Amino acid sequence: MSILIKNGKVYISDKGFVNTNVLIKNKKIAKLTDTEPEADEIIEAEGLYVFPGLIDIHVHLREPGQEYKETIETGAKAAAKGGFTDICCMPNTDPVNDNASVTSFIVKKSAEAGFSKVHPVASLTKGLKGCEICEYGELKKAGAAALSDDGRPVPDAGIMRRAVEYAAGFKLPVICHSEELSLSADGVVNEGIVSTRLGLPGIPDSAESLGVKRDIEIASLADHDVHIAHVSTAKAVDIIRNAKKNNIKVTAETAPHYFTLTQESVHDFDTYAKMNPPLRTEADRIAVIEGLKDNTIDVIATDHAPHSDEEKIVPFEQAAFGIVGLETSLSLSLELVEQGLLTMEDLVHKMSINPGKIINQDNSIAEKAGANITIVNKDYEWTADKESFVSKSKNSPFINRKMKGVCEYTIKEGKIIWSRNK
Amino acid sequence: MEFNKKNILDIDSLSAEDISFILDTSDSMKEINERPVKKVPTLRGKTIVLFFQEPSTRTKLSFDLAAKRLSADSVSLAASSSSIKKGETLLDTARTIEAMNPDILVMRHSMSGAPHFLSKFLKCSIINGGDGRHAHPSQALLDMMTIREKKKRLSGLNVSIIGDISNSRVARSNMRGLVKTGNKVKIFGPNSMIPPEVEKEFGVKRALSMEEAVTDADVIMMLRIQKERQGGNLFSTEREYSLSYGLNSKILEKARKDVIVMHPGPVNRGVELTPELADSSISVINEQVKNGVALRMALFYLVSGGAKNVDSD
Repeated sequence: MSILIKNGKVYISDKGFVNTNVLIKNKKIAKLTDTEPEADEIIEAEGLYVFPGLIDIHVHLREPGQEYKETIETGAKAAAKGGFTDICCMPNTDPVNDNASVTSFIVKKSAEAGFSKVHPVASLTKGLKGCEICEYGELKKAGAAALSDDGRPVPDAGIMRRAVEYAAGFKLPVICHSEELSLSADGVVNEGIVSTRLGLPGIPDSAESLGVKRDIEIASLADHDVHIAHVSTAKAVDIIRNAKKNNIKVTAETAPHYFTLTQESVHDFDTYAKMNPPLRTEADRIAVIEGLKDNTIDVIATDHAPHSDEEKIVPFEQAAFGIVGLETSLSLSLELVEQGLLTMEDLVHKMSINPGKIINQDNSIAEKAGANITIVNKDYEWTADKESFVSKSKNSPFINRKMKGVCEYTIKEGKIIWSRNK
Repeated sequence: MEFNKKNILDIDSLSAEDISFILDTSDSMKEINERPVKKVPTLRGKTIVLFFQEPSTRTKLSFDLAAKRLSADSVSLAASSSSIKKGETLLDTARTIEAMNPDILVMRHSMSGAPHFLSKFLKCSIINGGDGRHAHPSQALLDMMTIREKKKRLSGLNVSIIGDISNSRVARSNMRGLVKTGNKVKIFGPNSMIPPEVEKEFGVKRALSMEEAVTDADVIMMLRIQKERQGGNLFSTEREYSLSYGLNSKILEKARKDVIVMHPGPVNRGVELTPELADSSISVINEQVKNGVALRMALFYLVSGGAKNVDSD
C-alpha cells in the first residue's frame, strides 16, 4: 500500500513549510520528492498544509468503566477526525489505570480500534488516592507514556515529591493537574463577577497558581520533568515563565477553551461551560495567548472529557466538570493563526513537536520516518453541529459555532485513519 | 400595561416598570386579606404545586395561603416525601409533576439556577421561591412593596443591606431590584461575606464600617446568618458578629430619623438585631410577612395571564 501526497505545503524540521510531494510506503515515509512517483492512492494537497501528526497529551477516554460516555474506539475515532495521530488517555477510569493489566488492556483496545494511537497515562498513586505510589517500571513496560493523578492532585507535598523522584528513575514524565483543593473547595465556576452574579460557589485563580507553584517547587526539588496541565490563569502563566527562566524542568499546556472563551460563557447556568479549571476572565484569556506566543506554554491539549446528558442536563452545581475537545481543537487553534497571534509553524510545535517530546513520540516528516501525518485545510468553513460529533458524548460549548479550518486526512503509520470526504 | 411573563425566576428579567406593576397589583390584593371572608374566585380551577426541596416555613405558608385566597388548588411536595430521596433526578421529578398538568410550579431548591434549568423543559409557569445563593424574587418584591408602602416611594432612597451578602439570595435579588428602581444601595458585612466584584456587578457601594453603612439610611435590611449555607470560618462567633455587624439602637442614631428596619426572617435574636429593635416600632418585619401573601397572590394572578385569563364570575 502506497500513498502519494501531492503539492502540499509540508512541514520539515529545520526548514519549515516546503512545497514537496510525500511518498508513503509500508508505514514509512519513503521519499520527499519533486517528482511524481506512482502510488496506489494519490492525495491532492494543493493549498493544504501537511503537518507532522498531531498529538493530544490530555484526553479522557472512559473505558474501562464508563463506556456509555466514550470507549477507546469512539474516542480514538474522534481523535482521528480531529487530526490527531496520537493521544494520551488519563488514568481516571474504573478501575483506575494504576497497574500493568489496565495499561495493557488500553494498548490492546487501541490497536484493535485502528484509529489514533492511544498512549496510556498511568496514575501516580494507587487508585488516585494520593497515598501509595504505583509500580512505574511495570507500567512503563506495559506501555505507559507518562504518569498523572489528573483531576485528583496529590494533596500531600511529601508524597508528591517521592512520586516525582521515583518517576525520574524510569524516565516517565509527570503530568500535574495543579490545584490547591482547599481553595477550590466546592467551587464550580471562576470566582469573580459571574460567581457573584449567579450565586455559584467560586474557584479562585489562586487555587491554580498555588498548585502550580507547589508542583514547580517539586520539579525543582526532585530534578525531574513536570508538565503542568490545562493552564487557565494569568498568575500561573507568570509563575511558569519565571520557572523556565530559572531552568526548572517544567513544560505546560493549555486547552482551546481557555484561549477562546471566558467565564461569561456560563451565562444562564450553561453546564456545557463547566469544567475544571473553570473558564476565567478576559485578562486570563489574553495572558494564556501571550504564554503560547512566548513559549511559556509549550502545548495545546484538549482535556477532552466526555460526559453524557445524564451528567450534564442537571442543575449547574450537580453537573460533571469537563467538555469534549478532540473534534474542535484544531479549528479553534487555527483561529489563533487566522488572527495573527500564532504562526502555522507555532501550531506544529504546540500540537505535535512539543507534546511529542514529552511522551517521546516523534512524528517529524522525514525520509525513513514513520508516516504519521495530518493534512490541514485552513480555509474550509463548517459549523459544529451537535450531530456531527463522532465522540459518544456531545458536551461542547462550541456546538453551533462557525469554524474555519479542518483536518482533511489523518494518516497513522501509513494508514489513512480519517478522510473528511469519506 | 401588559404583563406577559410566564415565569418569575429572578429580578434580572423584570424591568422597573414590571416591578412597579407587580407592586400595584399586590397593593390591590392586600385588601382581600383584610376581609372577614378572605377568598376570591379569581384562580378557581387552577392548580399550583409547591415543590420545596429545601426546608421553609414562612415562604411556603405564604405561597400556600396566597393560592388558597385566590381559590386555586394548591398541593405541596417536600423533598423528604418525594422520590428525590429515592434517587430520582430533578428533571424526572419535575416532569412527573408536570404530567399531572399543574398551572404553576413554585419551587425552592438548594442549588442556584435550579428553576432556570427546569424552565427550559417545562411548559407550566415557574415561580422561584429561592434557589441556592442566587435569587429570591418574591422576597425582594415583598421587601420593595413594604418600602414603597412605608416611604410612599420606591426611588431615591438610601438602603443599607448588612450581613452575609455572599451566601444570600435575598441580598442579590434586593440589590438588583433596588438599584433598578433608582435607589442608592450600600452593603456591609464581614469581608469574608462580601463576594468579589459585587459593586461592579450590582451597582452598589460597599461600606467599610457599620457606622458608614448606617449613616443617613432610609431603610436598613439585616440579613440572616445562614447557618445552613456556611462553608465554615466565615466569621468567628455569634457574640463577635453581633458586636461588630449587629444592629442596635446606638448605631441606629446615625440613620435617618424615620428609618425602617427590615429582616427576611427568621431572625436570630440578639445576633443580627437586638430583641428590642426586632420588636420596636421601626421594625417592619411583620409588615413584610403580611405583604408577602398579597405579593404572592399578585404573582399567581399575573403569571396566569392577569385579567385576561381568570374565572370572571
